[in-house]
Formats: sequence, structure tokens, C-alpha cells
Amino acid sequence: MSDRVVNLQHKARILSQIRAFFSHRGVLEADVPCLDSHGVTDPFLTNFECDWQGQIRYLQTSPEFALKRLLSEGFGDCYYLGKAFRNEARSTQHSPEFMILEWYRIGMTPEQLMNEIAELITCVLGIDKTDSMSYADAFMEYANIDIWQATREQLIKIFPGECHFDLTLETDSDLLQMLFSILVEPQIGQEFPCFIYDFPLEQAALAQANEDGLTAQRFELYYKGFELANGYGELTDPEEQARRFGQDNNRRLRLGKKLIEPDVRLVQALKTGLPNCSGVALGVDRLCMLALGLEDINLIQFN
Amino acid sequence: MANFSTNEFKAGLKVMIDDEPCNILENEYVKPGKGQAFNRVKIRKLISGKVLEKTFKSGDSVPGADVLDTELSYLYNDGEFYHFMNNETFEQVAADAKAVGDNAKWLVENTDCTITLFNGSPIVVTPPNFVELEITETDPGLKGDTAGTGGKPATLATGAVVRVPLFVQTGEIIKVDTRSGEYVSRAGK
Repeated sequence: MSDRVVNLQHKARILSQIRAFFSHRGVLEADVPCLDSHGVTDPFLTNFECDWQGQIRYLQTSPEFALKRLLSEGFGDCYYLGKAFRNEARSTQHSPEFMILEWYRIGMTPEQLMNEIAELITCVLGIDKTDSMSYADAFMEYANIDIWQATREQLIKIFPGECHFDLTLETDSDLLQMLFSILVEPQIGQEFPCFIYDFPLEQAALAQANEDGLTAQRFELYYKGFELANGYGELTDPEEQARRFGQDNNRRLRLGKKLIEPDVRLVQALKTGLPNCSGVALGVDRLCMLALGLEDINLIQFN
Repeated sequence: MANFSTNEFKAGLKVMIDDEPCNILENEYVKPGKGQAFNRVKIRKLISGKVLEKTFKSGDSVPGADVLDTELSYLYNDGEFYHFMNNETFEQVAADAKAVGDNAKWLVENTDCTITLFNGSPIVVTPPNFVELEITETDPGLKGDTAGTGGKPATLATGAVVRVPLFVQTGEIIKVDTRSGEYVSRAGK
């Protein structure tokens, strides 16, 4: 038997572990489409587009919209454990087809959901604890920069190495995001998995704004150089949702990317009423890689 | 010359960056779930030899560099240029001191070297991994000294100085690793 087959047997056991975890908590597994009539507006995500009888169908980059529609129709606490697709380059940590675990907990705050994620991953990875730190504190800790006070010049100055593009043309928000990816993120969670919470409002994606007017209820989980999970205190306001769709497409326009027709069914679902909830998406292949100490995603996928 | 996108970057690819031919050493793809994709690329500038890390936006492209490695035989140094010859076509190429750099001390006549040509001109001269050279000067080893650890300096025919074991004497030919500058063995043994 090859190493990869042995890895895939381990993966099967982790999948069972995940399903048992949710079964004990009364969270139902949801069957939602991988192939759907709408794509995603996020300017940095790309759907695979397929032809179906002369119409475009999109392989889903995550089950987020479908699960939220299901929640608005009263399905209750739910999770999806299955395939998602992103039309992006491969690397040792990226595969265009991958397994995602996404779940939603009604009435939970982001803090409560982070605790539940910690329970799941400490159990799968066999570790004792997780850490947490706010986005601003992470910048202070690892780059010695106060993001609320720093000038553009200061941010440009700490950018490591050279750039093959003009950094001075980037927006403040893009500059901060790049610095986070390149300078801060690789240093987070080297010992224990670490939650980073309260992302700047400009990077809210589909998270609710916090009352401070600066940050959003978005968090991420990092461990040993892997981005493992991304979660939100979910946005429930349909008007704000419609506005963010528009914002995404404006951004696409500026970046010279194709515009994507927003999925009005999601706005409709929020109008019907999405219960107050928190939700998170977690990369299952990466979780398995960390559990088994593997350095290439290829070793945990069969192809 | 064709363009290469960051997705095609891999170790050994020669591209033009900042108007200078560069060799790609490493290419790391960085893509957060939410946010822009980057490539962090480690490159060696071929003319200056400088190694640096450069961040690209994924999908950006740069022109390929017209860089060619050829095997040429070293002929002689005229005081300004180092002359090499293609043993099949008898075509000759002259490399300046900048292209040869510190490797001048490993150039042995009638030995094949790798000459890196950029737009037809030599920019890097790489000697073979091992060369054989005669020792022109070294202290006679002390009789009975068998510690064999420190060795002693020896000057070679090209002027290079390497550490050799005590038993090796002036007039002998030795084999040297040009990458580390270390003595390997007596030649032909």
C-alpha cells in the first residue's frame, strides 16, 4: 500500500470523527448543491464555470449561500462536509478541488463558535489548547505597527523585500491585507493554533460590523503556516448584504475583472429572516495534513 | 522572447526582471481565502550575482531572458579578456573579468567551462566542479606529524590557495572542488 493510501485511510477516520462531533451536538449534515446557477462576487475568488444545456452553471467555492438559504427556511444548526472548487493556482497548500467543512450555529456569538472550533481541532490534532489575539494586536506583536495610527509611508516601509508592482498605488486596505499575508500571518500560531479576531471593517466579507465602527465580527484560525478556518458573526441585514455585493463588483471593475451577477436568492433569504448565528468554513485537507504532519496537499488527495 | 506568468515560474527559469537577466530559485504561492494572491519569488540576478526576494501579484508576467549555457574550452587570458573556444565550431568567445569573477583562479587551459551567454555575450563563467592543479609552493610537512587535522596552505599554479594535508608536497598535482575551494585528493590516485 502506498503512503498516500495510508494517508487517505487516516483522512477517512478524521471525516468520521468530524461527523460524530456534530452528531453529538445535534447539528445536522446538510446536502446542498456543488453546481449552481450563481457564482460568487468576491473579487479574489473564481468559480469554475460549466456549460449545462447552453446555460452557465458554477461549481461552488463554498456552501455558504446555500446553507444560509437553508437556515432562513428553518433547517436549524447545520454543517456541510464535502467538496468545494476554486479556479486558482495549485501549491503545496492549494488544490482547485478540496474538502470544506462549513457549519452554522444559531444564537452563538463568534467567541462561542471559536470555542467549539477549538474543541473540534484539539481533538482531531491531539493538542492541548489554542490561542487567540485580535488582528490589531497581531500587527503590534509581529510587525510592531499600530494599524489605527500608522501612516501609509510606515506601512510601505515595513514591506519585506522588493515588489514587482507599485505599492504606492495600492489602497490602504489592500496594503494592510498584503502586509498581513506576507509579514504577519507566517508568524502566527507556530506553537498552538491561533484565532485572529476583529478584522478591519474593510475586510469584513460577510461578517457583521462591530459597534466600534472599525472592525467586523470576522475571525480566522492559523496554525504552523496554514490558514485553517475563516468565520463570521453572520451578516443578517439584507440591505447591507446587497450593498456588499455591489461593493464587490465595483472592486472587480477597478481590478479589470469580470462582473458577477449577485445571487439575489441570498438577499431574499436575509429578508425572509436569517436567524442570528455564527458560521465558519474550515479546510479539511489542511486539517488532515496538520494531523498527519504532511507538507503537500497532494499527499492527502487521490488523483 | 515569450512571456512567463507567475504560474509558470519554477526553479531554473531565466527571466528579465528590472532589465536584468535573473534565474528563479524558488517560487511560493500565497493565497489567503479572502484576498489577493501573490507569489513570493526568490531570484538570483545573473550579472551581479545578487539574490533577492520579490513579491509578484499572481498572474503577472515577465519576459523570458535570452540566456544560454554553453560548454567552451578555456584557452588563455590576454591580461584583459579570458578566451574560450567551442571545440566543434572553433568559434571563440572572450569573457571579461566581471563575468569570470573569483572563478579566475580555477581556470585551467583546455578544460571545459560553462559559459552563460546573455544576448550572445558571456555574463557568467562557471568552472567544472573539480579541477586538477599543480602545487607550486607549500611548506614541507614535518616528519612524524600524524595529527592530520589542520593541514597547511598550498599555492597552486593559478594562484589559488587551498589547505592540503601535510603529506602533499610541492610539484604534486591535486584535485580540488571549485564550489567549496577544498582539496579532494592527489590527482590520478
